[in-house]
Amino acid sequence: MTRLAAMISLGILMLLGGCAGWFDGPLSTLQPAGPAAHSAALLWWGMFLFATLVLIAVTALWIIALRRDPGEVSDADAQRQQNRWIWGGGLALPLGSITVLLAFGIPMGHSMLPLPAEDRVEIEVTGYQWGWRVEYPEQGIELQNEVVIPSETAVDIILRSEDVIHSFWVPRLAGKTDLIPGHTNTLRLVADEPGTYHGVCAEFCGVGHAHMQFTAEALSPDDYATWLSEQAAQQDEGETDD
Amino acid sequence: MTETTPVQPHEATEQTRSLHQTFSRVWANWPGLGSLAAVNHTTLGLRFMITGLIFFLIGGVLAMLARTQLALPEQNILTADVYNQVFTMHGTIMMFLFAIPVLEGLAIYLIPKMIGARDLVFPRITALGYYCYLFGGIIILSSLFLGVAPDSGWFMYTPLSSAEFSPGPGSDFWLLGITFVEISAMAAGIELTVSILRTRAPGMTLRRMPIFCWYILAMALMIVFGFPPLILASILLELERATGMPFFDPGGGGDPLLWQHLFWLFGHPEVYIIFLPAAGIVSTLIPVFSGRPLVGYRWVVLSIIVTGFISFGLWVHHMFTVGIPQLAQAFFSVASMLVAVPTAIQVFAWLATLWTGRVRFTLPMLWIFGFLVIFVCGGLTGVMLALVPFNWQVHDTHFVVAHMHYVLVGGMFFPLIAGLYYWLPHVTGRLPSERLGKWGFWLTFIGFNATFLLMHLTGLLGMPRRVYTYEAGLGWDWLNLLSSVGGFIMAAGVAMIVLDLLLHARLGRRAPANPWQADTLEWATATPPAPYNFASQPTVTSRHPLWDQSDVAQQMAAGEGHLGEVQQDQRDTLGTDAITARVAERCHLPGNTWLPMLSAAALAVVCIGLLIRIYPLALAGCLVAAVFLLRWSWLNGGHPLAAPLTDAELAGKDDDQSPPLESRTLDGPGRWGMIITLLANGTLYASLLFGWFYLWTASPQWSAPADSPLATLPLLATAILVTVLTLLYRDRVRHLQGGEDRHLAAALGSLTVLGAIATGAVLWVMVSAPLAATEQAHDAVLMVMLIYLFWHCGLATVLTGLQALRVRLGYVSAHLPYETRVLQPFWVYTCGVFWLSLAAFIGLPMAWGGG
Ligand SMILES: [Cu+2]
Repeated sequence: MTRLAAMISLGILMLLGGCAGWFDGPLSTLQPAGPAAHSAALLWWGMFLFATLVLIAVTALWIIALRRDPGEVSDADAQRQQNRWIWGGGLALPLGSITVLLAFGIPMGHSMLPLPAEDRVEIEVTGYQWGWRVEYPEQGIELQNEVVIPSETAVDIILRSEDVIHSFWVPRLAGKTDLIPGHTNTLRLVADEPGTYHGVCAEFCGVGHAHMQFTAEALSPDDYATWLSEQAAQQDEGETDD
Repeated sequence: MTETTPVQPHEATEQTRSLHQTFSRVWANWPGLGSLAAVNHTTLGLRFMITGLIFFLIGGVLAMLARTQLALPEQNILTADVYNQVFTMHGTIMMFLFAIPVLEGLAIYLIPKMIGARDLVFPRITALGYYCYLFGGIIILSSLFLGVAPDSGWFMYTPLSSAEFSPGPGSDFWLLGITFVEISAMAAGIELTVSILRTRAPGMTLRRMPIFCWYILAMALMIVFGFPPLILASILLELERATGMPFFDPGGGGDPLLWQHLFWLFGHPEVYIIFLPAAGIVSTLIPVFSGRPLVGYRWVVLSIIVTGFISFGLWVHHMFTVGIPQLAQAFFSVASMLVAVPTAIQVFAWLATLWTGRVRFTLPMLWIFGFLVIFVCGGLTGVMLALVPFNWQVHDTHFVVAHMHYVLVGGMFFPLIAGLYYWLPHVTGRLPSERLGKWGFWLTFIGFNATFLLMHLTGLLGMPRRVYTYEAGLGWDWLNLLSSVGGFIMAAGVAMIVLDLLLHARLGRRAPANPWQADTLEWATATPPAPYNFASQPTVTSRHPLWDQSDVAQQMAAGEGHLGEVQQDQRDTLGTDAITARVAERCHLPGNTWLPMLSAAALAVVCIGLLIRIYPLALAGCLVAAVFLLRWSWLNGGHPLAAPLTDAELAGKDDDQSPPLESRTLDGPGRWGMIITLLANGTLYASLLFGWFYLWTASPQWSAPADSPLATLPLLATAILVTVLTLLYRDRVRHLQGGEDRHLAAALGSLTVLGAIATGAVLWVMVSAPLAATEQAHDAVLMVMLIYLFWHCGLATVLTGLQALRVRLGYVSAHLPYETRVLQPFWVYTCGVFWLSLAAFIGLPMAWGGG
C-alpha cells in the first residue's frame, strides 16, 4: 500500500518537476533566489510529499475500513485493534513526524535569523499608508518603494512603521517580518545573484493594501558600491543646491 | 412541520395519554406571539440553529462577492473599500454569528436529551442568550446595509481598527456587537457546563456519559476560559476609541501587540471550540453506523481534555512574524505541532471503530467521509504552518486562507451537515431525500476542493490575503479563476442542502422511532420531541442505554422512571452528583417568561446608545436592564411562586421530601452556575492583569510614575473592610445552615450598609486619584481596575440588600438557606480581587520600578 502511495507521489513530483514553470513567478516562494527562501521551498516540498503520503494512506485505510467485513469481533479483538491503531497512528505517527520536522526546521529557522555577520549592510525601511520609505543612514540616501541591496551579502532591513501594521515581504528572497508602530524589527535578506525581486505588503493595512508594492534591486557588490557613491554624491548636490 | 404527529417510543394507553397531556400543559410554549417568551431548550436550540444557518447564507453570499471580484485580475466589481467590508464581514459572520451559535444551538437541543434530563438547568439564560445573539447579530449586520461595516479584518488589528485609522463607526459595530453576541456564548458555556455536570440522569456516571457530552463539556469550559480575553480586549479597544485611553497606542505607553495577544489568546481556543463539538458529532455517528461502541473511549476522552489544555498554549503561532523572541517561537511551534497528537488519536480511534464494525454507508456517513479527507489535509497544513521558517513565507498569504478553510469547513461544516442529516428525523420526524442529499454532498465536496486546494498554491506563488485585486501575469490568474468557479459549485451544493431541508418537511417519508438504531437517550423521546423530552427520567446502567437497557424508552415514556408525575404544576428535572450521578435534588425549572427578551432588548439599547454615542440613552438602557435582571433574580427557585413552604415547614419542621427541592439544599446547580460564572469572570480579571503586566514589561514606550498615584492606605482599609464583610457573611451562612435564622435580616441589612461604605470608598479613591487615563496607558489600566473593583463591591452590596429584603419576606430562612449559599462565592471572589489588585498596585512598581 505505502509502496503504491510512494510511487504515486513520486509520479506526481516528477509531473510537477515537468511543469516547473507553473511554480515560477515574480512573487513565487517556489522560485527562490536567496538562502532563506531556498530553505523554505525545500521544507515545503519535503512536507508536501510527506503530507500527501499520509493523506493518501489515511484515506485508503478509511475506505478499506468502510468496506471490509470484520466478521465476529470479540472485545479482546477490539482491544487489540485499539492498541494497534492508537499507538501506531495516534501517537507514533504524529510524534515521529514532528521530531523529524523539527530536526530539519529548527536549524533552518536559526540560519534565517539576523545573526552577526561580516560586511553586514543595514538599511532602514519605514512603512506608511501606503508606501515604503527606504533610508541608507550612513550615506544619507532616501528612496521610495525601492530597496537597492548588494547581492551575495547579508543585508539587515530595519523595519519600522509610521501608522498601522505592515509586513515587508520579498518572497523570492526570504520570509516576511511585520512593521509595528512603536517597535523595531529586523529582517535578514540575502540575494544569491543580482536581479530585480518584487516585494509586497503582506499585512492588511487598509484601502491601499493591494497596491503597497516595492522592488528589491540586487546589484553585484561592486556595482552596489558604485551606486552608493553616486547616490551619495547626488544627495550632496541636492543639499548644496538648497 | 407542526402538523406531523409525533412517533412515540411506546404504545399509547389511556393512562400514558393523560400523563402526557398533563406534562404538555405544564411544559408547552405559549401559543402565537407568546412563543417568543419560550425558554424551552428544544425550541431555543432550533432557533439558534435556524438563525445561524441564515447568517451562514448571508456570509456565503459575501464570500461569493469576494470570489467574483477575484475571479479575474484587475477587476473593479467591488472597490477596495467595499471589498474590505465584505471580507471582514464574511469572517466575522462565519466565526461569531454562524459557527459558534449553531454548535451551541445543537448542544442546547441535544444535551438534555442525551443525559436524560428534561431541560437545561437555567432555561431563562438559554432564552437571554438567544436574544442577545439575535439582536447583536442584527446590529452587526445592519452596518453592512448602512455601508459602514467594519473593514479591518475579522481580527481587528490595532492601530488599523483604532479611532485614528478607522474613524467611522465600523469598528464600533464590531466591538460592541460582538461583545453583545458573546453574552450568548458565555451563557451557553456556563449553562452547558452546569447542566452536564449536575443534571445527568441517575446512574449516568462520568464513565457512562455519551462521548458527545464530553466534547460539549470541553467546549463549554473552553468558552468559559477562552472568551473573556476577547471580551476584555474589545472593551479596552472600545474605551480607547471612545475616550482615548491609550491601551494599544505606543504614543501613550500602550502596545498594538497587546491586542494581538489578547485576541489570539481567545482566537486559538476558538478554533477548537468550533472543532470539538463537530468532532463530537463524528464520534457519535461512527459507532452508530458501525453498529458497535467507539473504540478507545477513554483515549478519546483523554484527547479531548488534552486538546482543551494545549489549545490555550499556542496562540502565538498566529504571531510568528511580529518579532517574538526566538525561544518563545520555538516553544509555541512545538506546542502547535503537539496538538496534532490528540487529533490523530481521535482519527485513529474512529478508524479502529470502522475497522471493527460492519458499516452502513448512509448519507451522514458520506459527509463524515468528506470531513475526514478535508480535515486531515487541513491538519497536515496546520503542522506545516507551525514550523516557523515555513510560516514566515506563507503567513498572511492565500495559503493560510486555504488552510483555515480546510480546518473550519472540513472540521466544522462537514460534520455539522452529517449531524444535521442524522438528527433531522429527530427534529421533524421525517427523512430527507437521499438523491438531493448526495447531489448536495458531491457538489459541496468538489466545489470546496476546487476552491481551496488550488488556493494553497496561489499562496505559495506569493498572493497575500485580503487584497481586493491583483495584477495579471503573476501566475495567479488561472488559480483564482478556478477557485471562483469552485466557489460557485460549492454554493450550488449548499443550495441543494437548503432545498432538501425545506422540501423534506413536507415531502419526506415518516421516520420510524430511532431510525438509525442509535445508542443514546435522545432517541428515546418522541420524534418530533415533546417539550419535556421524557415523561419520566431513567436510571442509566450503561454507556449505551438504548442498546443495552431493553425497553428503557418505553418505561420512560410510560412514566415508570424518576419524577414520573407533575408536581405543583412546576417544570422539574433531577439534580445529580457531578461524578457519581446519584440523585441529589429536584430542580424546579422556570416556565415561559418575557424577562429574557426584555432584558436582551434593554441591553440592545445600551449597545446602540454606545454605538451612536448618545450616552444618556445607554445609561437609561443599563438602568432598565438592571431592573429586568433584578426582577428575574427575584423570581427564583426560592420564591413562593415556585416552591411555597409546605405544611411541615410552616409548622417549623423540615420538609422531608426525597429528593429535596433545590431551594432546600445547600449546593444546587445555581451555586455551580455562580462558581462557573466567577471562573469566567476571574479569567477576565486575569487577562486584565496579564495586559498590565505585559505593557509594563514589553511595551516599547511604557512609563509609570515612581510612586503609585493611588491612595494606598484608604485602599488597604477598604480591602480589610471587604474581608471583614466576607467573613461576617460566611458566619451568617453558617448559622443559617445550623438552622439558626434569628436577626438574619438585621445582620444582612448592616452588611449592606457596610458594603455601601466600602463601595463609596473605592469610588472616592478613583475620583480623588490624579489619574491621566487618557494620556497614559498605566493610568488607564489603573482606572479600569478600580472600576472593576467598584462594580463588584457595588453588586455584592445590592445583592446582599435584596437578600435582607427576602429574609423579611420569608423567602430566605432556615428552611430556605440556599440563596445565601449562592451569593457567598461572589463575596469571596470580590474579596479575592481586592487583595490581588492591591498586591498588583503595590507589587508591580516594586518589582519592575517606574519607567
Ligand atoms: Cu501595508
